[in-house]
Amino acid sequence: MSDVLLSLKGVTKRFPGVLALDAVDMEVRSGEVHGLTGENGAGKSTLIKILAGAYTPDQGELEFDGRKLGHMTPLKAMDLGIACIYQELNLIPHLSVMENIFLGRELYRGSGRFRILDRKRMFREAEELLRNLEISLDVSSRTGNLGIGHQQMVEICKAVHSNAKLIIMDEPTSSLSEHEAQDLFRIIAQIKARGVTVIFISHRLDEVKRICDRVTVLRDGRHVATKDIADAPVDEIIRLMVGREITNKYPKIKSVRGEEALGVEGLERRGVLHDISFQAYTGEILGIAGLVGAGRTETARAITGADPIDAGRIRVMGKEVRIRSPRDSIEAGIAFLTEDRKSQGLILIDSIAFNASIVKLEGYTRLGVLQLKDIRKASEKMAEELRIRAPSVDTVVGQLSGGNQQKVVIAKWLLSKAKIFIFDEPTRGIDVGAKVEVYNLMNQLVAGGASVIIICSEMDEVLGMADRILVMHEGRITGEFSQAEATQEKILYAASGIVAQGAARP
Amino acid sequence: MLHEKPDSGPAPAVNAASRPAAAQPKAKSRKNLYSVGVILSLFILCIVMTILSKRFFTVDNLMNVASQASVSAIISAGMFLAILTGGIDLSVGSVLSLSTMVMGVVCVNLGFNPYLSMLICLAMGTFLGMLNGLMLTKMRLPHPFISTLGMQKMARGIALVITAAAPISIFPAPVQFLGNNFIGPVPVSFVLVAVLYSCMYFFLTRTAPGRHIYAVGGNREASRLSGIKVESTLNMVYMISGFTAALAGIVLVGRVNAAYPLAGLDYDTDAIAAVIIGGASFFGGVGSIGNTIIGALIIAVLRNGLNLLNVDSNYQTFAIGAVIIVAVYIDVVRQKVMSFGRK
Repeated sequence: MSDVLLSLKGVTKRFPGVLALDAVDMEVRSGEVHGLTGENGAGKSTLIKILAGAYTPDQGELEFDGRKLGHMTPLKAMDLGIACIYQELNLIPHLSVMENIFLGRELYRGSGRFRILDRKRMFREAEELLRNLEISLDVSSRTGNLGIGHQQMVEICKAVHSNAKLIIMDEPTSSLSEHEAQDLFRIIAQIKARGVTVIFISHRLDEVKRICDRVTVLRDGRHVATKDIADAPVDEIIRLMVGREITNKYPKIKSVRGEEALGVEGLERRGVLHDISFQAYTGEILGIAGLVGAGRTETARAITGADPIDAGRIRVMGKEVRIRSPRDSIEAGIAFLTEDRKSQGLILIDSIAFNASIVKLEGYTRLGVLQLKDIRKASEKMAEELRIRAPSVDTVVGQLSGGNQQKVVIAKWLLSKAKIFIFDEPTRGIDVGAKVEVYNLMNQLVAGGASVIIICSEMDEVLGMADRILVMHEGRITGEFSQAEATQEKILYAASGIVAQGAARP
Repeated sequence: MLHEKPDSGPAPAVNAASRPAAAQPKAKSRKNLYSVGVILSLFILCIVMTILSKRFFTVDNLMNVASQASVSAIISAGMFLAILTGGIDLSVGSVLSLSTMVMGVVCVNLGFNPYLSMLICLAMGTFLGMLNGLMLTKMRLPHPFISTLGMQKMARGIALVITAAAPISIFPAPVQFLGNNFIGPVPVSFVLVAVLYSCMYFFLTRTAPGRHIYAVGGNREASRLSGIKVESTLNMVYMISGFTAALAGIVLVGRVNAAYPLAGLDYDTDAIAAVIIGGASFFGGVGSIGNTIIGALIIAVLRNGLNLLNVDSNYQTFAIGAVIIVAVYIDVVRQKVMSFGRK
């Protein structure tokens, strides 16, 4: 049981400006379920991509099944018996389960040029495989009609059928319901019993604890520790994951908290959000933390009318409002700065002035005629205040850097005269200098009596900037902390659905 | 026209500041360059025709071209809006014929007031356009290609059914006015084109709903999240497209003094061709109404010139097809060269 199937020695991978993996050593034993965990950006994805042959390491050695591996390609990885199941599944939706399992490895009758598909045999073998893994699925059903959990199982079958010795699963439970996750764990146990080795990547430490034999923690591209699961309590793993000083990249300025700006009561979206209730105040930055898929963005979308809701009430400045479309939310004074600037925030082929003025265009009309000079003046003033670096407001926003594009989004919402600003991952993909400018702007906003809500996956950022932090897990609010009492450990606990002492909300 | 504003930032010596600065003037001139290119093409085409045929560059003939171009140009204005939103309106030719057949029935057969009849015609076109819009926004058909293709067939079918495929002729003078009269040497229809395009230009550049059309075409989801009523915008666009098709129909009826159920067969594709030659992007959000009229004129000059040269009409169809492909190909090559130059 304890012979080594995979070993990495000194594996290093550099990207421009980033050391993604820094001399990582790691061993995976044959037949074990090996957990791999770490914060966002710790290097997990890079590591998988190296194993799957998508990236070539700059330095270091890989050994698999007793053989040294040279240059890897995805095809070679497959031939060796390394299968990777990504979060985005690689199935063809309009083919049947059987066809997907045999994709690229179809069975034929006859030989040479005159061979034809042997559907009968493929059908039989697929059914047998499913039976052995105790998966109750009709092999002839169309894959696209299956739920995400079942599709994942088809991927696993495909991997098992290809005689994979090592199956790597990247956050397999992130899009599964509790029930589907249970099924997945059962199947992982099944394939383990067949002698297949699994690398299980997850943020969810309770899951890691449950199904893994050993766990490896990565932090900042470095291997921190590999432990037997029995010797690694959850708080130990969390300490290993975090274990870093927070440097002061966050120019937080405290403001005086005023009255309630936004009140949310019992917000409900079937299967997505459950009983979301919270308040945001003027003069305060409220952080919403949680793992990807915890329902943070969905909460913002539900509040701002981007998605329909099933129940719930929203108050703005003490008055109840009905928000059924983004337009209603804008009228109520709520701005939603979406996570994906390019596809949801900006019209890339149009100018800065066009984008900055688009929200309340009617405000620039006189007798129905747009006052182009007013638009120009307003956007030039904004561009100057926000230090948007562009030759003129006629510059097409698609040509700006990420940080400047984010500023255009901010300009657009400032000009909409909003009082409540919901920032979804406001600093994703922008450089450090621009980040600090965005933080300063948030300080200015709250100092000016606005209410700011930031949805943010970077722990440092939430801890550094938010006055108060809500934590979400699977569509519910599972924790609330003031800046003084919040720690990364507490937040991680709440975010992985494990209720820590004293942190739970009634 | 463009006041170059000094760098609005504090001008730090950051790379990011200088990069867009260098790319900017190119981007601006790129748009203008296409306008220049289209106008130049029309100009060159006219010169070539003048050399090839003595009859081309005469007042009579040029006014003839203007009159011939007008029906297609009016339709193209609506088509431009549809394409600007990233959609298309394949039903314009059929909407034209059904609207004018209805006008023929109420005006000629039932003896309605001619002005009222024209209003009914325009209302009919707008109504059919509204149906196109609703199929897109309420029934959520995946692409206007489908809804307007369906409308194309249905409207044509009804137009044929109304009079058992017979034309309706002899319209009163007011109906004929737009298509048949002249102000001095200038056909009234061409004056109408000029007025329509001026209104459209103003609408698109100086009103909020006009800008919303560009925004929706540029990024539908971002527009929705910015509070733009995307569905109403799309409905409005298809209503305008139906309206312009019916308006073109009145001009056509006036010119030939008859409403045919099979009228307007080629106008769908001619309008699309005019918009494309005019440089509008098929992905939406990019294009100028001014270039669309040039596109329509290029097609009209080409047809007229080839007529004067006694070229078989089948070759004319071929020529227009070739022009579409060459025009778009030149644009593709130009963009490639430009982006290469930027690297």
